Amino acid sequence: MALDTIFALSSGAGVSGVAIIRVSGELAVEAVADLTRSSLPAPRQATVRKLFEKSGEILDEGLVISFPSPASFTGEDVVELHVHGGIATVDAILKSLAAFDGLRLAEPGEFTRRAFENGKLDLTSVEALSDLIAAETEAQRLQALRQLGGTFGKQCDFWRDELIDVLAHLEAWIDFPEEDLPEQLINETKHKILYFQNVISQYIENNKVGERIRSGFSLAIIGPPNAGKSSLLNFFAGRDAAIVSKEAGTTRDVIEVRCAIGGLPVTFSDTAGLRQSTDQIEEEGVKRALAVSAEADLQILVRAPDCSELDGPSFIAVAGDQRPPCIELWNKSDLGACPVSGMLSISLKTGKNCDQLVKKIETQLQEMLPREGSAPLTRRRHREALESCLMHLDRAAKGSEIELIAEDIRLSTRAMGKITGHVDVEDILDRLFNEFCIGK
Amino acid sequence: MSEFEVIVIGGGHAGCEAASAAARVGAKTLLLTHKVETIGEMSCNPAIGGLAKGHMVREIDALDGVMGRVIDRSGIQFRVLNASKGAAVRGPRAQADRKLYREVMQEILLRQDNLEIRKAEVADLLVESNRVNGVITETGEEVTARAVILTTGTFLRGLIHIGKEKRPAGRYGEAPTSRLSQTLSSFGFSLGRLKTGTPPRLDGRTINWAILAEQKGDDPPRPFSFLNKEILVPQISCFITGTTPESHELIRRNLDRAPIYSGQIGSTGPRYCPSIEDKIVRFSDKTRHQIFLEPEGLEDHTVYPNGISTSLPKDVQIELLKTIPGLEQATMLRPGYAIEYDYVDPRELSETLETKKLSRLFLAGQINGTTGYEEAAGQGVVAGINAALRCVGGDRFILDRAGSYIGVMIDDLVSKGVSEPYRMFTSRAEYRLLLRADNADQRLTPLGRRVGCVSGERSAAFEAKLKDIEKARSLLGVFAMSPSALKKNGISVAQDGITRSAKRLLSYPEVTFERLEKLWPELSDFSLEVREQMEIEGRYDAYLNRQAADIEAFRKDEELKIPADTDFSQIGGLSNEVKEKLSKRRPPTLGAASRMSGVTPAALTALLRHVRRPAGFSG
Repeated sequence: MALDTIFALSSGAGVSGVAIIRVSGELAVEAVADLTRSSLPAPRQATVRKLFEKSGEILDEGLVISFPSPASFTGEDVVELHVHGGIATVDAILKSLAAFDGLRLAEPGEFTRRAFENGKLDLTSVEALSDLIAAETEAQRLQALRQLGGTFGKQCDFWRDELIDVLAHLEAWIDFPEEDLPEQLINETKHKILYFQNVISQYIENNKVGERIRSGFSLAIIGPPNAGKSSLLNFFAGRDAAIVSKEAGTTRDVIEVRCAIGGLPVTFSDTAGLRQSTDQIEEEGVKRALAVSAEADLQILVRAPDCSELDGPSFIAVAGDQRPPCIELWNKSDLGACPVSGMLSISLKTGKNCDQLVKKIETQLQEMLPREGSAPLTRRRHREALESCLMHLDRAAKGSEIELIAEDIRLSTRAMGKITGHVDVEDILDRLFNEFCIGK
Repeated sequence: MSEFEVIVIGGGHAGCEAASAAARVGAKTLLLTHKVETIGEMSCNPAIGGLAKGHMVREIDALDGVMGRVIDRSGIQFRVLNASKGAAVRGPRAQADRKLYREVMQEILLRQDNLEIRKAEVADLLVESNRVNGVITETGEEVTARAVILTTGTFLRGLIHIGKEKRPAGRYGEAPTSRLSQTLSSFGFSLGRLKTGTPPRLDGRTINWAILAEQKGDDPPRPFSFLNKEILVPQISCFITGTTPESHELIRRNLDRAPIYSGQIGSTGPRYCPSIEDKIVRFSDKTRHQIFLEPEGLEDHTVYPNGISTSLPKDVQIELLKTIPGLEQATMLRPGYAIEYDYVDPRELSETLETKKLSRLFLAGQINGTTGYEEAAGQGVVAGINAALRCVGGDRFILDRAGSYIGVMIDDLVSKGVSEPYRMFTSRAEYRLLLRADNADQRLTPLGRRVGCVSGERSAAFEAKLKDIEKARSLLGVFAMSPSALKKNGISVAQDGITRSAKRLLSYPEVTFERLEKLWPELSDFSLEVREQMEIEGRYDAYLNRQAADIEAFRKDEELKIPADTDFSQIGGLSNEVKEKLSKRRPPTLGAASRMSGVTPAALTALLRHVRRPAGFSG
């Protein structure tokens, strides 16, 4: 029995100029032909058609494009309807489709799943696609597109390939002791293991930012009480997210606001002013502020002419060796000039230089982005698989007995296989017999 | 009422084990062979064991099979391959005196209770409503039985190639079988064709041994069988030579006369056992290919030149010998040849090796697309036990991937099929560190005892050994020493004040059991086997624990049975391709489905959802 034919609104919900409805499955062509009361246009050609209700009333006029199997997104027959985006119109068309026997509304992600099952997408592509659909910002969209193209998949395929090579060499050494295999084989293999251990650990290190693009960069606003941290947060939020008052120590907990800067998702955290306090609640707030600022991707340290300098312990906390990069800021420039040259001086009150601050933050974040072409690690699952792969490579690199080294390499390929699909023993044997003349 | 319970057709390595196993379980068994004198014949190289293959011989022996006992009484050179590597990848191997091997095999089978041996050529099977009831011989005689095991090796439509010359044969000088092939086809079995080959045989008296490198066996030789403590057969050496650039030139010049390149042979041969012409074409930059000269017996002058399997014409083979150091004057006793034969797609079988199409028909050995004596014998044991259990009653006897190489092989065969003659490698086993030659008895003897195929003698020996092992394990757990005391005794560990058990100490590469004996003299009472096993377990400890966890997960998947009447087309979320594959192969468990090619993780999830669904729900 064939799968049901499914349909759904594929563009975002709500009012939009044009809405796209996708129909996929064996009955797609028949259903749309019925809906348009005419035959379908030639494959992959957008053609204007009227859509009719059962009663004969015109529902809408729109573009119809058909993608016959297998050259379609799902691998099945797919027909797309590009119609006017009003909620009522779309609803009426969906209802008409649902009335067609054998058609039903798609479950969330069902198109993608069918595409995956029909071999149209690999696992990394599926994940990238779901990111694409959920992309909030331009950078997220670009990263999702890059991954869909398979940069990351290709990188993993390359490693998988190399690991199969390593394993094939080890297995040849184990299973064919009577063959005259090249003497240097084992040494070369050991070098290769060290090399990949190095490369993969570098990759993981370099690409920590990939996860950030998905979940957003974290920016901590810190500084002494009453420097204007909450005002800064409200400036970015474009609304009053934090209570602002002249009284120092107003913000006692961490307040977060999500927004986009230069197309990058950013979460600003407004923190309690850093000072020694006898107030227990405020003391707790300072503690949290320090914790948040230590883990942030970028700190914005705000000072102002009318508030105290940071005192001992707080200052060390924001100036230590391990701290994240920091943009230092002089606020309230309308009240007094900045005593330090080179520091960005703004006034949130008058708006002076605020655009420069935004620019500066954007530049900093751009620098943290992976370079063009390298594939960032976006999924926790990918990171975990790579880390597990690396753990076994580490152990293999330290190993002395060949069967235990082989065991660890096998486990590392298995971890890599969680990203790329599993490594079959036949892959290894193929490599082995192609490379070495085995056989007495 | 049938005359016999089990009939085994064929007296090769699969047939011998199948007949012996069925008889040991208690079924009244008949072995039919076209030539009683060739029972236990080694058609190709005169050797048993090697990497993974040696492991399987130990497993066969653990089930009280015959191969290990026979080679121990007929082996003329014993060598453990990979002796310098770790225990899991050491492979016992022995050269056999071919004649002695046959004789010992025949003697053991003749003495086996419940087993009768008859000379007869089997022409056809007796089948009634998809159930096998016996066989018909060439002379038209019908012999009835409740189960039949086919172990016909390369005899099904066997065709020998030597240059342009083609002749139907099961092996050199023996007629093939063709009617059985037709019968199997007529019942809808899917048959394929495979190829294998063998080198020319030489007269050892005409070889210039003096200039060749000698390869001695191990001293003392270690027996295969868990029942034997020593080898009494006199031991000999093998010798090594190799091809020369002249050999390669000669072969290149004559490639158009080689059946595998002239198009005369279309079937697939094994990649790991290529003919010499294949080696020279595929690895053209190699200037020398090794040849092992293996004597075929103590009193037999025949020598087997391992490494130059060929189907080149006879005159080229003779010329070839002249280009090889030491063989310049050698007389060729018989030419090498390639042989093509029919095999049955092993996906036609269930894990008991019974066919799915004809009930009570079992297939074992080369007929299932494997190569090698050990692979054949391993299947023989499983088919023999299951055929007997079909008659005397009892659960199906299934070995899984986590417990034995035989289990790995059968699972590979029945779930993946073959594309070339299937040979075992240690790399095929996911749990290689656990599936070792030293512990084959602990893995399999208890299973064998449960189905009654293990003799009282072996059972008693096994129990005694198990007791020793348990005692040794417990002592190693109890004995312990502080770092400073260890240092005084010459074993340096981190001076962290943490007391280490004897077992823990064995995980250090430099600590042997012998050193521990000096610290705790109570340990010196144990046999060599037990001491070795303790060293291995100590050394692999961390890895074995991990594999044990993996095995648990593996067995969980194996326990998720897919009901035999599952209608895969009704399972939502499966692609048509996957549905078709599953419907065709009908994997018995989720684990088996996961090892099928093309079954994606997403498909498995859909399948899992279906398997876990409580009874009464559909869709």
